[in-house]
Amino acid sequence: MSAPAPRKPRWALRAAVAAAGVAALYAAGLGVQAGLIDYVQRILLISGINVILAVGLNLINGTTGQFSIGHAGFMAVGAYTAAFVGVHLAPHVAAALGAGGVADAVTFNLALLAGAALAGLTGVLVGLPSLRLKGDYLAIVTLGFGEIIRILFNNAQFLGGATGYSGASAAGLPPYTTFFWVFFWVIAVVTLIKNVTFSQTGRSLIAIREDEVAAEAMATPTTRLKVLAFTLSAATAGIAGGLFAHLQGGIRPDDFKFDKSIDMIVMIIVGGLGSISGAVIGGVFVAVSLELMRDLQQYRLVLYALLLVVIMLVRPAGLLGQRELGLEWFKRRRRPTESA
Amino acid sequence: MSEFFQQIINGLSLGSIYALIALGYTMVYGILKLINFAHGEVFMVGAYSGYYLATSLGVERYAQSGASFPLLLALLVLGLSMAIAAALGVTIEALAYRPVRKAPRLTPLITAIGVSLFLQNAGMLLFTPDPRPYPPILRELRFEVGGVIVTNIKLAIFVVAILLMVGLQLFVQRTWTGRAMRALSLNMDAARLMGIDVNATIRATFAVGSSLAAAGGILFGLDQITITPLMGVLTGMKAFVAAVLGGIGNIPGAVVGGLLIGLAEQLTAGYLSPDYRDAITFLILVVILVLKPEGLLGVVRQEKV
Repeated sequence: MSAPAPRKPRWALRAAVAAAGVAALYAAGLGVQAGLIDYVQRILLISGINVILAVGLNLINGTTGQFSIGHAGFMAVGAYTAAFVGVHLAPHVAAALGAGGVADAVTFNLALLAGAALAGLTGVLVGLPSLRLKGDYLAIVTLGFGEIIRILFNNAQFLGGATGYSGASAAGLPPYTTFFWVFFWVIAVVTLIKNVTFSQTGRSLIAIREDEVAAEAMATPTTRLKVLAFTLSAATAGIAGGLFAHLQGGIRPDDFKFDKSIDMIVMIIVGGLGSISGAVIGGVFVAVSLELMRDLQQYRLVLYALLLVVIMLVRPAGLLGQRELGLEWFKRRRRPTESA
Repeated sequence: MSEFFQQIINGLSLGSIYALIALGYTMVYGILKLINFAHGEVFMVGAYSGYYLATSLGVERYAQSGASFPLLLALLVLGLSMAIAAALGVTIEALAYRPVRKAPRLTPLITAIGVSLFLQNAGMLLFTPDPRPYPPILRELRFEVGGVIVTNIKLAIFVVAILLMVGLQLFVQRTWTGRAMRALSLNMDAARLMGIDVNATIRATFAVGSSLAAAGGILFGLDQITITPLMGVLTGMKAFVAAVLGGIGNIPGAVVGGLLIGLAEQLTAGYLSPDYRDAITFLILVVILVLKPEGLLGVVRQEKV
C-alpha cells in the first residue's frame, strides 16, 4: 500500500511471481516424488487435502459462526462428481489434445471444478433452508443432510452403490492426485478464503458470528452472506473430495461417514476456530497424528477422541484462538492484540 | 390389511424404544441446552450391561434346559443395567460437561461429540466390534391375532416402556427433584436463587435419562436380536430426531416423537424400500426444523436482543 505504483507493472510483477511460484511448486513436486518414500508422500498429500477441508470449513464454522457438522456430505458430492466426470471426460480430452500429461491435467482440473460446482450447488440447496436455524439446531440439520447424501450414494446403482465407485477399469481411478496439484489447490483455496475473510464480506461474516441480531440491524444481508459462506465452504470440500478420490483410486459411501465430518471439526478446533492459519495447522496435525498413531492400532481412535475432549476442557479456543500466524504476528507480538 | 397392522405393531415397538432414549435427550436439553451426543453410547453401554449380567446369571443354562429365564432375574438385569448406565451418565456429566457448562454453546457440543466418539471406540476395544446375539432374557412366544403376529417381546417392550414413562411423568411432576428439574429448565439462575442445588439436580437428570436409555438398550437387544458397539450412533440420532420432532425439552413430546419416528421408519421400510428407512428419519428432521423448529408440542422461544 505504500508506493503509488502504476497499474501495469504491478500486474506484470504479480504474474511473474505467480509463474515463479508455480515453477517452484512443480520443481518441489518433482523433488518430493524423487526424494521421499511413498509413505511420507502420502502423508504430505493427505495433509494438503486436510488443509483444504479445514480452511474451507473454517469459513463457515469459524468465521461465520454457523456450525456445520455434515461437511463430509459435500466432500462426497465433490468426490463422486470429480471421479465420474473424470472417467467420462478423459477419452474426449485425450482425443482433442492427444493422450499424455497435458490431457490428464486438463481432465483432472475440469473434473475437480465440476466437483466443486456440484458440491457448491448442494451447499446452496442445503444452506437455503437450514441456515434459518441457529446453533446446535443448524448443526444437527447439517448432520442430517450429510447422512441423507451418504444414503443416496449408498443407493445410487450407477455409482456402484455401497461397494463404491472406481471407474470402469480394474485399476481404479487414475492417480491424478500428485504433490503439484494438491498444493496448487491448497494455495488457490487458502488464497481465496483469505481474501474473502479479510474483505468487507469477511467483516460482515464476522459480524454475523459475533451478534447476528446486531448485524441484521446494521443492514447486513445475513441470510445471503451465510448462504454464500456455506456454498463456498461446500465447494472447497468438493475440491478436497475430488483430490481424495483420485488419491484413493476409488471411493465408497463409507468414506464419508459422520466420522469424516468429525475429523474436519477436530482440524479446525485444534488450530483455533476462526483462524485460517490455525486451520492449516489443524489439517496437517490431524493427518500426521493419525498416521503416527497408526502403530497404536485400535487405541488410535480412543486417544483421538480423548484428545478432542481434553482440548475442549483445557484450551477450548484451540492453539491459536482467532489469531492469525503470519509476519505481522511476529512484529506485533509484544502488543496485546485485540482480535476481532 | 394385516400386513399394515403388522408394520404398525413393529413401528410402535421400535418407536417406544426411541421414545425411551429420546426422553434422556430432551431432559438434558431442556436444562442444559446441550445435545448430549454421548447419550446414544449410554444406550449402547446399557445394552451391553444387560448382555453381560444376563450371561453371568446363567441365561444360557436356562435356555439349554428349555426353561425360560426367571422373570425376577430378568428384572434384576434390567434394574442393574439401568443403575450402571445412570452411573456412567453421571460420570460423563461430572468429568466432561460440568467444566464447560458456562462456556459458549459450541464448546459443550464438541465435548459431547468427543465423549461419544471416545465411548464408541472404547466399546469396540472392550466388547470387540463383532455383533453379538442378545441373550434370551425373555423367551419368544408368538401368537396370532387376526393375521397379525404379536410376540411377547413386543408386548414386554410396550409394557416396560409405558411403565417407565408413567414413572418418569410421576417423578417429574410429583417429587421435589422433579420439580427442581422443571424449575431449572425454566430459569437456572432463578432456580439457584430459590435454593435449588443445581449440580445435584443436573446429576439426577443425567441419572434418570441414562437409566431410561439403558432400559431402551435392553429392549432394543431383545427386539433386534444382535447388538454392536456402534449401535448407539444411528439409534441415538434417530432418538434425538424424535425429541426434536416432539419439541425438544418437552417430555410428552419425546414420547410422541419417538412413536412417530418408529412408525415412519417401519412404514418406509415396508412400503417404500428398506434402503431408505434411515433416510426418512433425517428427512423428517430437516422438514420439521425448517417448517416448525419448535417441534410438534414445543413452545416458540422468542429471541431477545
